[in-house]
Amino acid sequence: MQERVKSPKFDIIGTRPIRPDGADKVTGRAKFGADHKIAGQLVGKVLRSPHPHARIKSINIAKALALAGVKAVVTREDFKEQSPEFIPAGEMLVNYRDVLRNVLAREKVLYEGHAVAAVAATSETIARQALKLIEVAYEVLPHVINEVEAMKPGAPIVEDGMITAGVTPPPTTPSNVAKRVEFTLGDVAKGFKDADVIIEREFNTKPVHQGYIEPHACVASVSEDGTAELWTTTQGHWIARAHCAKLLGWDITKLRVTSSEIGGGFGGKTVVYMEPLALALSQKSHRPVKMVMSREEVFRASGPTSGANIWVKIGAKKDGRIVAGEAILKYQAGCFQGSPVQPGCMCAFAPYDLENVKVVGYDVLSNRPKVAAYRAPGGPISEYAVESVVDELAATLKIDPIELRLKNAAKEGTKAAYGPKFGPVGLVECLEAAKNSPHWKAPLGKNQGRGMASGFWFNIGGETTVSLQLNEDGTLTLMVGTPDIGGLRASLAMMAAEELKVPYAKVRPIIADTSSLGYNFLTGGSRATFSSGMATVEAARSIIKQASGRAAKLWEIPEDAVSFENGEFRPAGDNAGKHKPMTLADIAKVAGKTGGSIVGYAAISAQGAAPSFGVHIADTEVDPETGKLTVTRYTAIQDAGKAIHPSYVEGQFQGGAAQGIGWALSEEYIYGADGKLQNAGFLDYRIPVASDLPMLDTIIIEVPNPRHPYGVRGIGETPIIPPMAAIAAAACKATGVRMFELPMSPPKVLKAMKDAKAGKKA
Amino acid sequence: MQYESPDTLEAAAKLLASATDARILAGGTDLLVQMRAEVLSPSLVIDIKKVTETRTIKEENGGFRIGAAVTGAELKEHPKLRSVWPGLVEAANLIGSTQVQGRCTMGGNLCNGSPAADSVPALIAAGAVATVVGPNGRRDIKVEDVMLAPRKLALTKGEIIASFFLPARGAHASDAYLRFIPRTEMDIAVVGCAVSLALDASGTCTAARMSLGAVAARPLLVADAAKALIGSKIDDAALTKLEAAARAACTPIDDKRGTKEFRIDVAGVLAKRTALIALERARKK
Repeated sequence: MQERVKSPKFDIIGTRPIRPDGADKVTGRAKFGADHKIAGQLVGKVLRSPHPHARIKSINIAKALALAGVKAVVTREDFKEQSPEFIPAGEMLVNYRDVLRNVLAREKVLYEGHAVAAVAATSETIARQALKLIEVAYEVLPHVINEVEAMKPGAPIVEDGMITAGVTPPPTTPSNVAKRVEFTLGDVAKGFKDADVIIEREFNTKPVHQGYIEPHACVASVSEDGTAELWTTTQGHWIARAHCAKLLGWDITKLRVTSSEIGGGFGGKTVVYMEPLALALSQKSHRPVKMVMSREEVFRASGPTSGANIWVKIGAKKDGRIVAGEAILKYQAGCFQGSPVQPGCMCAFAPYDLENVKVVGYDVLSNRPKVAAYRAPGGPISEYAVESVVDELAATLKIDPIELRLKNAAKEGTKAAYGPKFGPVGLVECLEAAKNSPHWKAPLGKNQGRGMASGFWFNIGGETTVSLQLNEDGTLTLMVGTPDIGGLRASLAMMAAEELKVPYAKVRPIIADTSSLGYNFLTGGSRATFSSGMATVEAARSIIKQASGRAAKLWEIPEDAVSFENGEFRPAGDNAGKHKPMTLADIAKVAGKTGGSIVGYAAISAQGAAPSFGVHIADTEVDPETGKLTVTRYTAIQDAGKAIHPSYVEGQFQGGAAQGIGWALSEEYIYGADGKLQNAGFLDYRIPVASDLPMLDTIIIEVPNPRHPYGVRGIGETPIIPPMAAIAAAACKATGVRMFELPMSPPKVLKAMKDAKAGKKA
Repeated sequence: MQYESPDTLEAAAKLLASATDARILAGGTDLLVQMRAEVLSPSLVIDIKKVTETRTIKEENGGFRIGAAVTGAELKEHPKLRSVWPGLVEAANLIGSTQVQGRCTMGGNLCNGSPAADSVPALIAAGAVATVVGPNGRRDIKVEDVMLAPRKLALTKGEIIASFFLPARGAHASDAYLRFIPRTEMDIAVVGCAVSLALDASGTCTAARMSLGAVAARPLLVADAAKALIGSKIDDAALTKLEAAARAACTPIDDKRGTKEFRIDVAGVLAKRTALIALERARKK
């Protein structure tokens, strides 16, 4: 094998090789969740609640069990109670009392589609028939869907006896507000007193679904000795293992979880839904059980993220300096506590260097499916509202919106309202790039408008383990535990190859199962390339150290007298003697004789994750007669720290922008007065299709993260934050009307334009 | 579930009359989806694609006869149909995706019984007549009379749509169809509008039909729209009358796809836009 010659620049980092998982994906060979099959497997199906809120008086499964072909039925009786206990999962907290109840209802059903029972049968037809034979007696209760309604006194109480946390003294009566949080910096009252201009606005957003194309799917097989295997589509198989073992009362070591290829997750696959049911059904039936959600089930019973009501007040001096920012956020949690209102509060004003900030958040229950993480959970909602007010402020003060932001931009040393001081961050660089972009300067057509907005996301590190094996021919196998959602395997193989100075194709990365590698926290918080990258570099450096030791042994010189340069192990200097340099492949060949296999292993808790700022520019065109908004041009600019594989960084920017465009214009959960979801399918839950979008242009900014060996920042989440406000700002210019509600669907836009026209006449 | 694929419509009609929950399968782009969603679970599915007359397009008495099970893609590929009835072909080609176009049919689009079906207003505007085969023989029925309400048709037990007849066209005649959807494709009409018209040599409108979809319980033939256009040069005054006629005809509902007010507004907008496209096309002929 020809080893690479070292160059002063990176050889591989920053190039665009083909992804290792690409060929199988484009030829249909890749195995996604529903592709796994085991001989003798049964079909598992879930019985779901037809009511948004009801007490379960009884469940009778006798008739279902009596049906030929039905091998097992599970209900609430099959799972032990869990005490309330919060643990982190992704960027959200979970409470096993609630996880259990979301997997299978206990006292009450809390939303239409809530799982009540599950069956395993020899065919899908029999499983469906069995569901119809399960008799559930419900006492239907009044329901509440809207978060503002749910906060009113006298609203139906979703969780009996819930007392709001975070309020002193604690309230004496139960409500649907699980928690109140507050983040304060300086004194907003004083700040507003100094302001020349104050703008105060109220916004409403609807819940939106992650919209992954692959529905939830798993296969479970429990052996007669109590060990079990689970194949599932997930963003974190160690988390899935922990949740399943906890709910089933098993030792963790008995459960081996393999993650399939994943057809999109966006945060929504950090949760277990059917996995514990499939394991319980397999245990009861003594057969493997496969469960696959329909699209309708995905909409009714998984995800989405919160809808919210947000109030924002911003005060500024005439010169554009913002002197105070205040916000109140009311986020839907769904039927169990745990909306992303806290991160929503924390990042609301994060792009600004402010002295006076106060943000209060409420976590509000209602009879909707429990929200799940969705790309920067909480951030897009609060930042949409703040960025929209900042845009209005710029218009009021007649200051260019980019200039206004530059005047107030967070930079290195800025103390964020949520606590920390920022290290090197790239917001100013992104704003400058936006200002200088061809897009910002381009002329606009008739009925078109241009807007921009910034976005911020924290990003995380966390527990990560990788194993890098030097094979006997000098190639390498990299075992990773963070499921690959957006090009991770390519990026990690590139980092390993760069460190070891071997060609990219010589490193084969795989996602290992939970029994093959130490603990890995899930893929979320834009942490995978950052954390697994850090661990990969550490493992690669361990290989260099071990290989140096082998060369030293062969040459009979001290280990520190061996250097690794230009892909070769050499005596460090003349004092070390004259020895023919050895490549990694040379050493691999003799590894067995010099001490055994060489494996780099890194088990770390990755520290030093750095935030990523982004700036998006959107052009929209309105059809003045129908109110339809079309995005005609779009540019996403973001600080990546260092783009390991620029195509996958650009892909993340584009993907976030596309989802944000859907959130801004067409996606929403629509409920009837009966508390039932009316659009549980891709026809009426309108994700943009390819022809709805212009080319989504990207500009990568690189302000390296000093805490990562290659300067990497997480980049997956920030791109969904700016689109809504950027499009709202553009729509305002195109229509002459400022909208305060998402989605900006044609009926709303047309009505707002008509009302504005009527108002002008009157 | 039983599957049958008879060679004649007479045999199909007999089968259809024999079971209470039998369904006709043409392209299957609605039926199979509804079966998978458990909206329908028919005990008997009768595939009519083996019946030649449902699968052919032929010229007849100066017009066209289009089999009920001719697909959207086949309509588009027909050498002559597209130039004579561009609006109808365009409407049928808006159903679903490219893949769906290979299967979906106008017979199915009509018999699915949705007020938002894209090809139905275009058929109505074209003055199309459906030929129906039933246990008691054949009869003709105007397309605007086929659908009564959502999922409810004027067909009697055992009756199957065999084909649509499109009348002969004179010079300076054409049609157009527009729909409003929040997206650009893969969607369902919030309002659909078809206009078919004919001009004399001086450019005066001599015949016109307009049909609206998704604004009432069934696709509408708007008689006042014809009155607005016929005798005019389709000038601004005529278009204003047309817009008013379109809006007056609407009896929509508020639903997840749009408000009542929005549908009425957009019906007027589409009426004008569609008429102008049809006018432009007619002038070129």
